[in-house]
Amino acid sequence: MQMNVQPKLQPVSKGLKHIIRNHYLRRTIPIYCMILPGLLYFIIFKYIPMFGVLISFQNYSPFRGVMGSDWVGLEHFTRLFSEQNFLVLLKNTIMLNLIDILFFFPAPILFALLLNEIRLKWFKTSVQTLVYLPHFLSMVVIVGITSILFSTEFGGVNALLEGLGLSRIAILGDPEAFRWIWLFQNIWKEVGWSAIIFLAALGSIDPALYEAAVVDGAKRWRQIWHITLPSLVQVILILFILRLGSFIDLGFEHIFLLQNPLNLSVSEVFDTYIYRVGILQGQFSYTTAVGLFKSIVGLVLILSANFIVKRSDREGVF
Amino acid sequence: MKKLDIRGNEKHFDLTIYFILIIWSLIIIIPVLYVFMTSFASEKEYLTRGFFIIPRDWTMQAYEYLLGNNNFLQSFKNAILITAIGTFISISMTTLMAYGLSKKWLKGRSLMNFMVVFTMLFSGGMIPTYLVVNSLGMIDTFWAIWMTSAIAPFYLIVMRSFFASIPYELEEAARCDGCGEWRMFISIILPLAKAAIATFLLFYMVGYWSTYFSAVLYLNDPSKWPLQVFLRQMLIVNETMEESSVFMDAVVRYTPGAKMAAIVISTLPMMLIYPFVQKHFNKGMLLGSVKG
Repeated sequence: MQMNVQPKLQPVSKGLKHIIRNHYLRRTIPIYCMILPGLLYFIIFKYIPMFGVLISFQNYSPFRGVMGSDWVGLEHFTRLFSEQNFLVLLKNTIMLNLIDILFFFPAPILFALLLNEIRLKWFKTSVQTLVYLPHFLSMVVIVGITSILFSTEFGGVNALLEGLGLSRIAILGDPEAFRWIWLFQNIWKEVGWSAIIFLAALGSIDPALYEAAVVDGAKRWRQIWHITLPSLVQVILILFILRLGSFIDLGFEHIFLLQNPLNLSVSEVFDTYIYRVGILQGQFSYTTAVGLFKSIVGLVLILSANFIVKRSDREGVF
Repeated sequence: MKKLDIRGNEKHFDLTIYFILIIWSLIIIIPVLYVFMTSFASEKEYLTRGFFIIPRDWTMQAYEYLLGNNNFLQSFKNAILITAIGTFISISMTTLMAYGLSKKWLKGRSLMNFMVVFTMLFSGGMIPTYLVVNSLGMIDTFWAIWMTSAIAPFYLIVMRSFFASIPYELEEAARCDGCGEWRMFISIILPLAKAAIATFLLFYMVGYWSTYFSAVLYLNDPSKWPLQVFLRQMLIVNETMEESSVFMDAVVRYTPGAKMAAIVISTLPMMLIYPFVQKHFNKGMLLGSVKG
């Protein structure tokens, strides 16, 4: 019976297949066309450079290209690790990161918690509007305002200090102050903006939880500690993992802007070093090795943080 | 409001919080106000009066000086060009790619998604990217700036999850009416995504306007420098050189008023779009939540 039916059906199904295929292509080709420009961007400007790290195992010469340059194995890496600068770079990077994680990372959380306790609607929105504003100022402008305000000759802050009978301060070239200026500018610029994500998470807390807590006699800060904060844990963890990924990659532009000959001993980090030695002095292979080391450490950090979070039965990023 | 009313009234607790937030708002607003106001003060008043917020005699001198300064005007023009075209390139490429990648039936989709995410974890670094840009002959052209930051992977992922949340039935219905993929994208999907596109358009705009380092890296010709590079020469180099006073002669001296005015003019465009961003960003930021 079946053998008899099959031949009859065949022409029909062939036609159907044809239609389906045609139909699939009609749908697929335009979609691939839409993706293509973006995909080309990722391939040319992200993936080709990733293969470009090969030159860190070579003595790259721009005239001979990646294919024609001599291979030198790990020479540039041994140079990096034996360089005296290496420890300074590592120390500066770690110090800035520690300061950032200890003081900058919790700041938006704290800010969101405070704002969440405000009941006057107009007060809340005006504070928000004000505090989001610096996010729209460029780093150049913020560093510029700082250097105008703290200028030793005519700066507003020094004028103010003198008016109050205090002595003038010169913090811009002071290596001791560099890290704290950097931190404060970061907080000043981003605390409000970074709090948005936490505020949104706070908005979704079930009010019944607070009601129950009040019935149990919990004071406001107890409610924050036992209800508000725990509801943020997942967001905090995800942001923390992402933050670790940029451990070694911290806002390079900002550091570069703050850097001057006087604070070089604390402000030189991997990227500023790569720029000076690589672009300005043309040591492409060596600085690519520095960059590769940096990227690998970053990758290891983010993957292990993600792994640890997942092990503790929480959702990771990946 | 109601949510908080049930939480009990503790006066001291409330007062402390209001106090902290007011102090922080002042810390934000005073420097901004100071710069804005002193840009209208005369040089003499600035140099003699010390710290003040409201100038005694108002003058537009600083602005007149700046608008007659060719370097400033040139860098302002460059910044506008970089921002306008860059934003257009970025938002088009991001939207198109995000829409394409939101199609669950597409072959190769997960590979391409992985390719995008991986660039957030690992990068070839500054030098290999520079060498690619160099070999494409883009040094000293704005293409170097546009092309090296065309798509922000994070924005792409958020937009992709937004497009993926549009019901499939809508697409099917349109297809039954004989709608092609491009027409469907333009006349059905884009209008739905207006808020999301507006948000990221503004984010890209802010990003391009503040671009500083890629300009320093890729543009050697001073006539191509955007505003931020000019500002840096004017504000930071000038000031820190005063501190170390080594390269004093090499730098043009600007009056304090001119510096303030330059900051005001350079931030003005961003301040103008700020209200629009504020309207959208809460929605935009959370379209696809933090997770990709």
